[in-house]
Amino acid sequence: MEAIAMNVDQIRFDFPLLSQKVNGKNLVYLDNGATTQKPKIVVDAIANYYKEYNSNIHRGVHTLSQMATNEFEQAREVIQKFIGAAKKEEVIITSGTTEGINLVASAWGRANVKAGDEIVISAMEHHSNIVPWQMICEEREAVLKVIPMDENGELILNQLDEFINLKTKLVAVSHVSNSLGTVNDIERIIDRAHSLGALVLIDGAQSVSHGPISVVDLDADFYVFSGHKLFGPTGIGVLYGKETILNDMPPYKGGGDMIKSVSFEKTTFNEIPHKFEAGTPNIAGGIGLAKAIEYIQQIGFDFIQEQEEKLKIAATGMLNSIEGVRIIGQAAKKESVISFTIDGLHPFDVGTILDQLGIAVRTGHHCTQPVMDFFGIPGTIRASFAFYNNMEDIEALRKGIIKAKSMLEI
Amino acid sequence: MTIEEIENEIISEFSMFGDWMEKYEYIIELGNDMPVIDSTYQTEENLIPGCQSRVWLHAEQKEGKIIFTANSDAIITKGIISLLIRVLSFQNPEDILSADLRFVKEIGLTDHLSPTRSNGLVSMVKQMKNFAFAFSNV
Ligand SMILES: Cc1ncc(COP(=O)(O)O)c(C=O)c1O
Repeated sequence: MEAIAMNVDQIRFDFPLLSQKVNGKNLVYLDNGATTQKPKIVVDAIANYYKEYNSNIHRGVHTLSQMATNEFEQAREVIQKFIGAAKKEEVIITSGTTEGINLVASAWGRANVKAGDEIVISAMEHHSNIVPWQMICEEREAVLKVIPMDENGELILNQLDEFINLKTKLVAVSHVSNSLGTVNDIERIIDRAHSLGALVLIDGAQSVSHGPISVVDLDADFYVFSGHKLFGPTGIGVLYGKETILNDMPPYKGGGDMIKSVSFEKTTFNEIPHKFEAGTPNIAGGIGLAKAIEYIQQIGFDFIQEQEEKLKIAATGMLNSIEGVRIIGQAAKKESVISFTIDGLHPFDVGTILDQLGIAVRTGHHCTQPVMDFFGIPGTIRASFAFYNNMEDIEALRKGIIKAKSMLEI
Repeated sequence: MTIEEIENEIISEFSMFGDWMEKYEYIIELGNDMPVIDSTYQTEENLIPGCQSRVWLHAEQKEGKIIFTANSDAIITKGIISLLIRVLSFQNPEDILSADLRFVKEIGLTDHLSPTRSNGLVSMVKQMKNFAFAFSNV
């Protein structure tokens, strides 16, 4: 691959969609928390797979099937190195964060959660890290506990001992909050959980695109994320799990590829990772995700973090300078995800006006209704930045907010 | 006026706007001017949930016509509601049921009434028709 210039103006050319017009205006894409745009090399890798070697994997002797299998398994290795996993078998390919959490809640949960046991989540979880745990807790008559947060949008960890105790079987928390941007002190949570023999699942959906991860250093038992928030395609994601834990878990879905032998009397299951990958996977998605990771590695997290930090500081300053704007989520450690409200205005109205100006933000509760209830608001406007955003985007947002205010304020 | 006549009136009003801003300013004005719903009707029961904005809808029948009142927490949603009410309120159930609301497309607001918007408006139109259906059978 040719060297990539470390300059945002240059980098933007790698993303064809960024030069789109929306409602006749230059697109200002500030919805990276929902999904990120894809570099051209990712789009090309997917197209090439379909044009040149589309075949099913792990089952054909023919050449194209071998090629596709090799690419897919290489993708697994790229992912393994990216998250610092010890073995590639610990990388389970899923359809996304949601499936990864459901897989653990269902397969691990059914085998391990008993009546009276406790599962712990936090007050700022995405619905997909709440509902699967509610479901297994209800089924098993287990108890779901919630680590609270404070007005700044930081988890209150000085009472952690109360929440994580000897009854705790598993703790599931987000690394970074999608509605507040808070970076949680997951090291501390993992330490506490492990000291009592509980497992920890980290929802990395909002963290993998912002900084380097080492699941081994973190000592996370499970780590889940989605390809589409990492500049890769939709419908692909990763569940990392420690080998010993995955080996002990029963399968999640039944079907092809996950078995060793099937008879009507007895089926024996395949080894990990295939045990958890029933059916034909999203082959193109896996190949595309590996390309996205290689692209990010070329850009480098040093550059990404420096750029995002600049954007976060500038955007926070800009928002604080506008009368009536209130930033929701004032944690000391935040990623470039900024939620805000404007006094007297409904987020939906502001989002609609911004959209007319070509500015893409997310409005609403961001699938974190309990967070909105905590702050007593119907929702927020969320601007979430990636390394390809620039100062012009922030200026466009400023002008957009001023315009929305002038149109909507009575 | 018939539903069709009112729709035509709205289409001609909107045809005078030069750009999106004039159009939205008008919608916002309509939202601000909309008569408030009787607070006894702004109940959980009358709430049409939407992911983005919430809509309350009440219907009653007087001399064969259906009268709608509504509210929303978002002003642009409210402005669009006021157009829907202008078209469908004080009409016969049969006419409401057969209305295709062509004006929405003509004035360029289709987006707001697409199921993906989740602003409660699609469900609101469905609910208005449900009321019409219910009243046509009494
Ligand atoms: C923190 C967090 N967890 C989970 C999810 C769900 O991800 P997906 O819809 O890709 O499965 C998201 C996506 O918005 C998220 O931000």
